[in-house]
Amino acid sequence: MSGFEIKDVFRETRVFTARSIVIGILMLILTIILLARLFYLQVVEYDRYSTLSKNNRISVVPRPPVRGLIFDRNGIPLARNIPSYTLEVVPDQVEDMDKLLDELGKLVKLTEYELKIFHRDVKRHARFDTIILRSRLTDTEAARFAVNRYRFKGVELRARLERNYPKKKSGAHVVGYVGRISSRDLEKIDKEIYRGINFLGKTGIESYYEDLLRGEIGFDQIETNAHGRVVRTISSTPSVPGKNVYLTIDSELQLVAEQALGDYRGAVVAIKPATGEILAFASTPSYDPNAFVYGISTADYALLRDSLDTPLLNRALRGRYPPGSTIKPFMGMLGLKSGLSQTKIISCPGSYTLTKGGHRFRDWKRGGHGHVGLHDAIVQSCDVYFYDLAHHLGIDYMHDNLALFGFGAKTGIDLNGESRGLLPSRQWKRAARDQTWYPGETVIAGIGQGYVLTTPLQLASATSALANNGIRMKPHLLLAEEGPLLAGKEQNEQVILDGEIWRDEDLAIVKQAMVDVTDSPRGTARRIGAGSPYKIAAKTGTAQVIGIKQNERYKEAEVALRNRDHALFVAFAPAENPEITVAVIVENGGHGGSTAGPVARKVMDYYLLGEMPQQDKDPS
Amino acid sequence: MSDSKGFSIDWTLFTGLLILSVISLFILYSAGDQNLDLLIRQSIRIVLAFVVMFLVARITPDQLLRWTPYLYGIGLILLIIVLGAGVIGKGAQRWIDLGFVRFQPAEMMKLAVPMMVAWVMVKKPLPASLATAMLGFIVVAIPAVLVIKQPDLGTAILIAGSGLVVIFFAGMSWRVIAMLVAVVAAAAPLAWYLIHDYQRQRILTLFDPWSDPLGAGYHTIQSAIAVGSGGLYGKGWLNGSQSQLDFIPERSTDFIFAVFSEEFGFMGSLILLLVYLFVVSRSLYIAIEAKDSYSRLLCGSLAVTFAIYVFVNIGMVTGILPIVGVPLPMISYGGTSMVSLMAGFGILMSAYSNRWFMH
Repeated sequence: MSGFEIKDVFRETRVFTARSIVIGILMLILTIILLARLFYLQVVEYDRYSTLSKNNRISVVPRPPVRGLIFDRNGIPLARNIPSYTLEVVPDQVEDMDKLLDELGKLVKLTEYELKIFHRDVKRHARFDTIILRSRLTDTEAARFAVNRYRFKGVELRARLERNYPKKKSGAHVVGYVGRISSRDLEKIDKEIYRGINFLGKTGIESYYEDLLRGEIGFDQIETNAHGRVVRTISSTPSVPGKNVYLTIDSELQLVAEQALGDYRGAVVAIKPATGEILAFASTPSYDPNAFVYGISTADYALLRDSLDTPLLNRALRGRYPPGSTIKPFMGMLGLKSGLSQTKIISCPGSYTLTKGGHRFRDWKRGGHGHVGLHDAIVQSCDVYFYDLAHHLGIDYMHDNLALFGFGAKTGIDLNGESRGLLPSRQWKRAARDQTWYPGETVIAGIGQGYVLTTPLQLASATSALANNGIRMKPHLLLAEEGPLLAGKEQNEQVILDGEIWRDEDLAIVKQAMVDVTDSPRGTARRIGAGSPYKIAAKTGTAQVIGIKQNERYKEAEVALRNRDHALFVAFAPAENPEITVAVIVENGGHGGSTAGPVARKVMDYYLLGEMPQQDKDPS
Repeated sequence: MSDSKGFSIDWTLFTGLLILSVISLFILYSAGDQNLDLLIRQSIRIVLAFVVMFLVARITPDQLLRWTPYLYGIGLILLIIVLGAGVIGKGAQRWIDLGFVRFQPAEMMKLAVPMMVAWVMVKKPLPASLATAMLGFIVVAIPAVLVIKQPDLGTAILIAGSGLVVIFFAGMSWRVIAMLVAVVAAAAPLAWYLIHDYQRQRILTLFDPWSDPLGAGYHTIQSAIAVGSGGLYGKGWLNGSQSQLDFIPERSTDFIFAVFSEEFGFMGSLILLLVYLFVVSRSLYIAIEAKDSYSRLLCGSLAVTFAIYVFVNIGMVTGILPIVGVPLPMISYGGTSMVSLMAGFGILMSAYSNRWFMH
């Protein structure tokens, strides 16, 4: 029985092996059939298919949309599209690239930088993609190429619309700029939407409202002949142009603000308090956004990026400064809300101590202010009053209530990258520094020093809330949008952030004090108010600079200059019926009343009186 | 004879599969518009498929033989469920959704059918008698008909093929084979009237694709242009104009060979075919070395089925076979088919571990 089994196994193996040989031969035959077919297609018929492939008749050509324009509130263009000639190359159609560039260089000027970028793009893209070699050809260059065009296979002269910023440096931080889509952008965007679009908004409004401005790409299905020329269009989906955008900015006021800052580093934010519309949003020094459109050279970019003056930084949006005494009106509101300040009168000897013999917190005025209540404390900017008030309110009360003015949080303005500033609390210090809170830190927070940091935008927004009967409107830059599918302009809606928090009588007390800052003989900004036909409510501020240390980057003289105090100024006017709020910061400007105040006055004068400021006008 | 149930991997076969996986990622990067997401997803599938292979490789042929009827039974039930759901859903229904994963029962049958046929064959001594062969035909016919009803003619033919190959390996006499071939040839005109309109169209298109260059002939023409324009050495990786300019439909899945061939040319295609031939030969070798008839038949069938996939897909892309939805094994983008393929290679690995040393 077992013998029979073994014989059976061998027989089964033999059967299988025999069949395997048949299968093996069959596999070989099938492989040969496939190889023969491939040989036929790829070697014998290569010429035919190669021609077919090159002239593949039906192709889809993207039709890029026209980007929407950006205007200021009066319809003055801030970003427009101007026609410009470009030379574009399809590397796949070029036989000898070096020779071509050589010959082309004789007709139109090609800089080394342009050639470098071109070679880089050729490597990055597929061979049949169109690559821009040279942009902004002059009419002469365009004509010269057009005549010689037949000599350059694979090169096209095209009229494109180029983004242009007529105001150049003015308002550059708000408007932003478009730039070529980079490989990093490619990872973030939907490639389907951007097919055939080479540019996108990189910063500012151009970036924030990219979706409005971009429009929708269209496609033509075209049939071409053997030379690649279009024979007919089979179907066409038109592109949809982007929407035009109107900003709340008054471009002339913007320019006034920038000129008022002059050579100082600083920021000006002007807001319409009743609506939250931003009238001016200045940050100096600035840069020319036109340089970025076709790509800025590495060296030029390094100059901007590494400059000690950080021109690329939007100070109004992202600059974090100690508010200094400009925090005092808000502290005053807290004092009144808590009930402490209604009757409180302190005696100011020129310094303040928490315990007998403890640290002496100095007042800016050596001899002190004598007996002061809230009104005088704001008018004269008495530090001791607010040291004492802060000590009694406590840091957590201050944190929770100053937050109602928007400090320590983003305002939600329609720009990317807003800073939230810093509003300290016990909890914050424990989480961020793993330290307990010291009572002395509360005291200096009361005059806007220590950990407290605000952006110029936050200061302007908070001051607007005081001006607007305690109602804080969301600051915004978009006034209206306009598009082919919209009937006329579509106004942007206004959003109330906070309201009905503050008592009217409390607001009246603080407002009156702020008016007297400019309008009383003892006011810290009496020079600013001098000769003004309208009443100004204001507060000066001086912020100590957080020590800059001497090192390779900062030379000694520079350190001295850059360790000077920052000058701050917040104001709204006319005081009875405010139409404009202004917040000004001048870096290393010294005392707020003397450098930041005049800037604010010039902005308000222009807006309320229509007066161009005179360069040599002295307020005193 | 060794009864070792030890677990080992045939590194030769493993290397072949690894090479195919690497080629797959390279060509997918090009075919998928250089989309990294796609690449990552495919990489995860490849890793998963290799894990499945290693897991299946630990199942001994004896265990597999015992489970065969159950697997086949479950497969049939799932096919019927899917068909029922498809009737209700008014459309082609091939998927079962388990919430966390979707899979096609038809894929499972690609393994279960040859297993069941082999199970039937080894009940009697080989070569298989006519009666045993008939039983085998029935085992093949039931799932094939169910899959045709889905309707998925391509997969049905492949499932049937994998079962029939087992019967062929089992030594069914040449006379019967000749008779069958004659019957099929006679029935061909009848089948012409039974198949769907679009299927008839595809076959007609094969003979004259230029009769409708923008319609039915589009796939065939464009993929032939892609392959042909690749020439001897190809246009280079990422440089296939046909592929990159969207002329080739389904270029990540069924038509991926067109992309490969355009970019790497005849020489590249030759190398790819040699890698496939290497994998198939090694698989056949493992089948011959296997210790019992069940393993031999099953492994032989798996090797041949794999070869058929390759032939049908490349034949379709190069325009010598009609267009059926068959992916290029191990290279095309897609999940289920890769997992079932690698489960098949797991069975081969297991057979190799338990091979018969006295040979």
